[in-house]
Amino acid sequence: MAFTPGQPVTAVVQRIEIQKLRQGDNLILGFSIGGGIDQDPGQNPFSEDKTDKGIYVTRISAGGPADEAGLRMGDKIMQVNGWDMTMVTHDQARKRLTKKNEDVVRLLVTRKSLEDAVRQSMTRP
Amino acid sequence: MDTESTYSGYSYYSGRSRGSHRHGERSRDRHKSRSKDSRSEKSVTINTPPAEPLLGDSSVRGEQVQDDNWGETTTAITGTSEHSLSQEDIVRITKDLEDSVGLDCRRYFTLTLAVILGLLVFLTPLAFLVLPHLLWPEKLQGCGTACEGLFISVAFKLLILLLAVWALFFRPPRAGLPRVFVFRALLAVLVVLFVLSYWLFYGVRILDSQDENYQGIVQYAVSLVDALLFIHYLAIVLLELRQLQTCFSVCVTRSTDGETRHYNLGQLSIQRAALAILENYYSDFPVHNPALLSASKSRAAKHLAGLKVYNVDGPGNNATAGMAHSQSRAMIAAAAHRRDASHNELYYEEAGHERRVRKRKARLVVAVEEAFTHIKRMQEEEQKKAPGDVMDPREAAQAIFPSMARALQKYLRTTKQQHCHSMESIQQHLAFCITNNMTPKAFLESYLTPGPTLQYSRDHWLARHWTLISEASVTSGLRDGSIFLLKCVDFSLVVTCKKIPYIQMSEEYIDPKSHKFVLRLQSETSV
Repeated sequence: MAFTPGQPVTAVVQRIEIQKLRQGDNLILGFSIGGGIDQDPGQNPFSEDKTDKGIYVTRISAGGPADEAGLRMGDKIMQVNGWDMTMVTHDQARKRLTKKNEDVVRLLVTRKSLEDAVRQSMTRP
Repeated sequence: MDTESTYSGYSYYSGRSRGSHRHGERSRDRHKSRSKDSRSEKSVTINTPPAEPLLGDSSVRGEQVQDDNWGETTTAITGTSEHSLSQEDIVRITKDLEDSVGLDCRRYFTLTLAVILGLLVFLTPLAFLVLPHLLWPEKLQGCGTACEGLFISVAFKLLILLLAVWALFFRPPRAGLPRVFVFRALLAVLVVLFVLSYWLFYGVRILDSQDENYQGIVQYAVSLVDALLFIHYLAIVLLELRQLQTCFSVCVTRSTDGETRHYNLGQLSIQRAALAILENYYSDFPVHNPALLSASKSRAAKHLAGLKVYNVDGPGNNATAGMAHSQSRAMIAAAAHRRDASHNELYYEEAGHERRVRKRKARLVVAVEEAFTHIKRMQEEEQKKAPGDVMDPREAAQAIFPSMARALQKYLRTTKQQHCHSMESIQQHLAFCITNNMTPKAFLESYLTPGPTLQYSRDHWLARHWTLISEASVTSGLRDGSIFLLKCVDFSLVVTCKKIPYIQMSEEYIDPKSHKFVLRLQSETSV
């Protein structure tokens, strides 16, 4: 998942669709995010490249909508409903995920195991 | 001591090695150094050593011939290693003899030279002014107020010159150095040449032709005095100012116990640097205590005594160097095989000694504090009450001394300082402390830590006579890496010199507005 600034980012992504759950007055998704361009990337435990300022999934509440949809802890979120999440501040990411008029969020996430799987399948004859 | 051959031998040695061009001064040296220097008690004399090779290979030459009967025919001179006092007593007695017997030829010679030069310098302008009036008074033109103004200026400049020369040159000498003071000699030569050339000009142009222009003569005299003042300025710069800026860092180590100090010196000749170091030695280095070195000597003796190497083949065999090598190799091999527990002994002995010292120190502190409580300074209003018990400080000290004497003596014996302090000196110190309202701790400070040599009584300034040993000529300047020794009877000071490096400093400007900070966050939001 390394990237060079100025070059387009390529990654193997998985499409995950999460239905928001209504809890009282709020719509929740059941996970926590960390990271952002205004945060300190060195403290991110999930990123391989410690200068990566993307949005990562740091916690998933068990049994919640995200858990059921297949989101895993440590995933990097690349897109939310078409909006790019690789170069956003923490607050912008939070806002894109918690829009009150949307019931469904379609995420593009990437993780290391995806890349490994694709590479393995390519080398196998 | 054969002074004549000694000095000439050494100066020849240095001349050969340095290729120096100052022949005139060396011959002056031989004249001046005809007798030994010794002076009043306060000064330090530094003498150059006899001409021995500095690499110390004289020991090899001495061992080549071995006489088997030497034990019966020689008389042994003992008493230098453990009882070094006897050697120092001898030295002190010879010094006292010299003090009382001889006049100081070299010093008085220099003094008379200086006085003659001074008289020459001061009387010359006056002579220039007076001689025309004496020799051709009728031909002289009278000179008016300009001349009189010049007379006043000559008078005041001479007065200033007199005071300045007195301030700079006529100070009590601190020490007798082995070689002549190069800059002073050069300046004296310059002054003599200068005055002689003025006299020459005066004699030829003015006396011979009997010049009538008196104002010109007066101006000539004024120019002489001005030039003398400028020479005095040169003297100040060369003698005083040049060595103020430090450019060398010297490291002084005492050879017996390794005490080391560092000093910063300017550009000095080696003999003047040695003098500066010795003056600092007396106030910085703790006093030399030979009793503290006996432990390491006995350990060394034990190492050697364990093994004896016998030379079965007899003397006059192969080269002495080979024999010495094989001997030492045999001893080292044997020592390596033997399992030596002396490090263990040392450790436990030192630990035991520490404990003993601390115990004695505790007892001493308590005894002294208790003794001091018996004494109280008498107030003014009590003066009428009990006149019988009133004591002056000396009697007060004698009164409280017995209660602490035993503890103090035991402590001094344990720390091996008992020969540094006599009963008299302790009582004097006690009286001094009582007079000045010092606390017991202040009284004890001079006994708990070995102070600098200055602190002790006069007979402990054992070394007043120092020998400067140097491979470079002692009038040459200090240089990076120059090493010399200052030897006295008991020990020697090893001095190494390092140049303070040239420092290249650059500046960097930081705008005060450029100090900005950001928070390093890692927040986690749940969505």
